[in-house]
Amino acid sequence: MTLGAGRQQRIATLLRERREGVLDHWVAAVLNTVRGRTTQAELRGQLAELYELVVQAMGEEDGTAAGELSAALQELSRTRARQGFSPSETAVSVFGLKDAVLHEIEAGGGTGVVVYREFASFSKDIDDLGLLTFETYARTREQVIADQAEQLLELSTPVVKLWEGIVGVPLVGTLDSARTQVVMESLLQTLVDTGSEHAVIDITGVPAVDTEVAQHLLKTVVAARLMGAECVISGIRPQIAQTIVALGIEFGDIVTKATLADALAYALERSGVRVGAG
Amino acid sequence: MTSPAEVPITSNDDVVRVRQVVRGLAAEVKMSLVDQTKVVTAASELARNTFVYGGGGTATVELVTNPATGRTGVKIVFTDEGPGIPDVDLALTEGWSSGSGLGLGLSGTRRLVDEFDLETEPGTGTRISVTKWTR
Amino acid sequence: MERVPILKIGDTLLVSIQIDLQDQTVLALQEDLAERIVQTQARGVIIDITAVEIVDSFIGRMFATIASMSRLLDAETVVVGMRPAVAITLVELGLSLGGVRTALDLERGMKLLDSGADLR
Repeated sequence: MTLGAGRQQRIATLLRERREGVLDHWVAAVLNTVRGRTTQAELRGQLAELYELVVQAMGEEDGTAAGELSAALQELSRTRARQGFSPSETAVSVFGLKDAVLHEIEAGGGTGVVVYREFASFSKDIDDLGLLTFETYARTREQVIADQAEQLLELSTPVVKLWEGIVGVPLVGTLDSARTQVVMESLLQTLVDTGSEHAVIDITGVPAVDTEVAQHLLKTVVAARLMGAECVISGIRPQIAQTIVALGIEFGDIVTKATLADALAYALERSGVRVGAG
Repeated sequence: MTSPAEVPITSNDDVVRVRQVVRGLAAEVKMSLVDQTKVVTAASELARNTFVYGGGGTATVELVTNPATGRTGVKIVFTDEGPGIPDVDLALTEGWSSGSGLGLGLSGTRRLVDEFDLETEPGTGTRISVTKWTR
Repeated sequence: MERVPILKIGDTLLVSIQIDLQDQTVLALQEDLAERIVQTQARGVIIDITAVEIVDSFIGRMFATIASMSRLLDAETVVVGMRPAVAITLVELGLSLGGVRTALDLERGMKLLDSGADLR
């Protein structure tokens, strides 16, 4: 992209000659929205850099400065997204330049159709740059969300040791296919690492399951069996029991218990530990 | 390891060679251990099919990148000039297998990979292409 | 072709698979095992696959075949040390290894054979 393409000579001249005035206005407009999160000096530094690139981009032929400008804007936008700025706060950083230029045109007593026609064209270029920051902003936020989802996935699937030879996975929240798969893998690995022959999968905190998730749970139990370990599923809610039956999923000879405590008692008994009252 | 790598399948030993090449490339793109195992197992099944039913052929193993997601993966193409598969739908049916207890039909293998593409012509041969992406 | 060695410990035969199995080796192992069970009058067979990185349908079926065959010869088979990734893959593949007993590791496999009475 090139800026102006030689059709905005007056604006270009204005940007060069009234640099301080325009920049002052721009900084003031942006500072209003980002108050407290960045200092005036820092902001001025950032905007001055963009300003130089805008000026260069308007005077150039080959698009080098325009390329640098869009790279700088993307970088700014990424930083803002990560710092938690809102989309409009981020966009104002770019759009503020229009107001500042318009203000200078009017302050200079600018009349005449030509200068406003140029301004309209300039304004469109700035809009394009604004859209670019917007896209970058949205992409960055998506990345942040994806990263968080992944971290949450790791956090939400702990495999804990309940007793010597017995591990448990308390599942809480909605299970999707990806998460169930992660649980399955970490549970099986823990069986090997701890030499445990019993596992309790507790789904008390799971509000609902679909066919795919139920299948994943079944597969986990079968895979554990292939490795020489037994799984007990506990805490199946009434609605889930209904779903499983309605979906026609065979739980076959998989042991299920009402509560985690029952499941633990069962696993202890199977592993030869006697539990008595007193 | 070089990609693409072409492995001729003309004997039972070559099934093992296909497995090793696939594992090498899957490890190179840092595929998870479970996914590596799945794709190597799928390759093993298909390589054996190529040898036993297709009368031999080749496996071409290469690293690929999905332009949409930017993810990397391993793609393996098996080709033979054997008798082909007369009824593809039947061959992909759960639990179906034409040989004497060899293979689980293709349905099990298909579940181990992300993309599965089969072209066959009775009398001229079979081409099966599978891809596994990193997660 | 490599052959998988079969070790005898008491009345148990131990097969520890350390190589990438090719089909001929698998077939040879089945034959060798049948002979050794009869020869040694072994009561148990342990197949240790701790080092095995993949089990496809051919190898999986070998376990089932060995188990049925040794049962006919009055010996019980236990497969030990299957890796999680291998187990997940077998389940996905749809192979159940019906009838094959499994244990987490060699020690537990030995124990399982010792407690033998109710294995059938």
